[in-house]
Amino acid sequence: MKKSVFFGALAATTVLAGSAFAGTLDDVKARGELICGANVGLTGFGAPDATGAYVGFDVDLCKAIAAAVLGDASKVKYVPTTGETRFTALASGEVDVLIRNSTWTFSRDTDLKFDFVAVNYYDGQGFMVKKELGVSSAKELDGATVCIQTGTTTELNLADFFKSNNISYTPVTVGDDSEALRQYDAGACDAYTTDASGLAASRASLANPADHIILPEIISKEPLGPVVRHGDNNWGDIVRWTYYALLEAEEKGITKANIDTVGTSTTDPEVKRLLGLEGDMGAMMGLDKEWAKRAIAASGNYGEIFETNIGTSTPIGLARGLNALWTQGGLQYAPPFR
Amino acid sequence: MSLLYVRRDMLAPQAPPASQTGAIRWIRENLFSGPFNTILTLLAIWTLYQLIALSWPWLANGVWSDANSMADCRAVVAANAGPDASGACWAMIRERWHQFIFGFYPPELWWRPILTFALLFVALAPVLYSDNKGAVAKMCGVVGVLMVLCLIGADGFSAHTVFAAAVMAALTAIAATKPRLLLIVTLLFPFVALWLLWGGAVWGPIVALIGFMVLAVVYGFVAPKLGPVMGASIGFIAACLWWLLLQSYVSEAWQALLPFELIEVDSDKFGGFLLAFVIGVASISISLPLGILLALGRRSDMLLIKTLSVGFIEFVRGVPLITMLFTASLLLQYFLPPQTNFDLILRVVILVTIFSAAYNAEVVRGGLAALPRGQYEAADALGLDYWQAQRLIIMPQALKISIPGIVSTFIGLFKDTTLVSFVGLADPLRGITTIVRADIAWKGIYWEPYIFVGGIFFIVCFGMSRYSMYLENKLKTDHS
Repeated sequence: MKKSVFFGALAATTVLAGSAFAGTLDDVKARGELICGANVGLTGFGAPDATGAYVGFDVDLCKAIAAAVLGDASKVKYVPTTGETRFTALASGEVDVLIRNSTWTFSRDTDLKFDFVAVNYYDGQGFMVKKELGVSSAKELDGATVCIQTGTTTELNLADFFKSNNISYTPVTVGDDSEALRQYDAGACDAYTTDASGLAASRASLANPADHIILPEIISKEPLGPVVRHGDNNWGDIVRWTYYALLEAEEKGITKANIDTVGTSTTDPEVKRLLGLEGDMGAMMGLDKEWAKRAIAASGNYGEIFETNIGTSTPIGLARGLNALWTQGGLQYAPPFR
Repeated sequence: MSLLYVRRDMLAPQAPPASQTGAIRWIRENLFSGPFNTILTLLAIWTLYQLIALSWPWLANGVWSDANSMADCRAVVAANAGPDASGACWAMIRERWHQFIFGFYPPELWWRPILTFALLFVALAPVLYSDNKGAVAKMCGVVGVLMVLCLIGADGFSAHTVFAAAVMAALTAIAATKPRLLLIVTLLFPFVALWLLWGGAVWGPIVALIGFMVLAVVYGFVAPKLGPVMGASIGFIAACLWWLLLQSYVSEAWQALLPFELIEVDSDKFGGFLLAFVIGVASISISLPLGILLALGRRSDMLLIKTLSVGFIEFVRGVPLITMLFTASLLLQYFLPPQTNFDLILRVVILVTIFSAAYNAEVVRGGLAALPRGQYEAADALGLDYWQAQRLIIMPQALKISIPGIVSTFIGLFKDTTLVSFVGLADPLRGITTIVRADIAWKGIYWEPYIFVGGIFFIVCFGMSRYSMYLENKLKTDHS
């Protein structure tokens, strides 16, 4: 009896909670601030710098959304989330959107009641080995010792990969990335495996990056993207199309530098629609005409954000790879703006 | 007659043989007194040598300046000590020390946590050295001078430095003349600290303080008629009513009348040792009285109070701290109405306090159990009531016995504050270190942040431990 009352109350709170989230856009506008669930320690993607200001690839997407919705890219409050707390923070309404290199999986999308509205980075698990090992493919790693972080999906992917290729390995389990790097550097393991984006950053921080190679095999799919709660489709649309606006801007050659002039010089109707010079697409999702223009002006288009944070000109030096535009052989593809 | 074979004068005393004096004797007695000890000594020397040989070059080649990244550090070490040498990269500490100390607290406001930290010692001094007036004034003076040095180091010589120095000078003067008055500072400190650290209108803490005065006044009226327990309960209810119903209106009215405020600092700017101290000091100071009450409750004859106390203590002790922290950060969010902004630091402080109160209760209960029955009977025979007996006879002795246990609970609690990194707070050990490592310039740094943070933790915990030894010696009344 008592139990049922308790669960009844719990259910009632959940329903109340659900209905109160109906208008995330209104909440954000009323608050005058976007609350973005962020990572505090992923090189290039999201972390506070020496002055405490958040920088990174994921952080720039938060800024673009804030610029689109509130008109000011600086009106973002970053809530630090850990791997354990991130989904609860989103589900309980503590954050409006979670942009924290979270992999889009079936159960997260359905069972946890979230929507992964886009994929802003296609990642995958890779291997780094010392050049002197003389290995050019992960399939040659038979009998190798492999450094791997415990309790992550990378552990399972690794086991699957070696089993399916009928080769053996000895795992050296480590707690986190820094420890893995130290073990690998000290020669405790032949190979280090984690997401390829993380491997690139790790390789860049070693004493002689040229002595190490990242093997070509990518053994898992890790589509990372912004996450919102189920049930507020308008807010999901805003996050999704803000991201696509950044992609479209790269495809159409709209950059942070030329955004003020391109509107007058272009004859492309899609660019005019995107920049709010023709039609009124912002109104369809509760924003004004220039939402996309502000989003692009915040940190540049997708390509610019990629290059400044993690691209080949940075020490991390990631190539575009799968994250190139579809016109250049990648997977990044924005649906048409019409 | 004289006997020629008898000595007439005494021989001068001779120095003992070389093997029986000074260092040689000490070494023989303590290090090589038998084959077993000889082997142990040699093993220890060998181990020490290995450790030093391993770490000394790394420490000696350490880089402090001239480097802005790991790569720079490696270049400097290679230039100074050859290409294969390893060296510590302390340049990271030089560049990021402020995040380890203050987290993301705005640099122009650093004077506020520094002043708060100095005031903490002023508030503690009369409690720590209750019968040693000279020590109180000395402590205030020394802390004041150190604070001024820190302030000048942190943001140069500014108006804030002068203000803080004046405050400390005034308090030192009070400590030198009327140290008892400093107890007022002790009582006010929580409110001052709250205001200095988080900023905002001064009226919030003041009106909250009035809530405690309401408690005191109600207690004063009710206690003589209905007894101290009822007095405290009714007073507490009255104070809660004040805080819940009137607090916001009254403070807003005063703020409208007399606006006086500091720049507000959000909780998410707190990090590093600032966060560790906020959580540690708040939890320590609340959990001790709470623990004493729980210990008394557990030994009480009243069934309800006893059952509640036992249930609370056993439940909390049976749950790991991490679980409590996850409750604070995750579960509470689901139960509270959506969009409530119940500060995460406050939630963590409450649950850490509950946790350490349960442990303190058991430590104090150990002290109570060690008292002979005669002490209780003597108190009864003197006609003291329950609270008088506790205050005058039982607690002074029981707490004295419990000092080592209490202090070790405190030390454990202070170190446990690093666990808050699991709920996304920037503790100095893991939180800030992860942030620093996320910078591509410092990625791959491993030992240096741990050594730096560990060193500061050691100083604080060692200080607490030495104070507890001082206190034990001071309170020692036996003749051994």
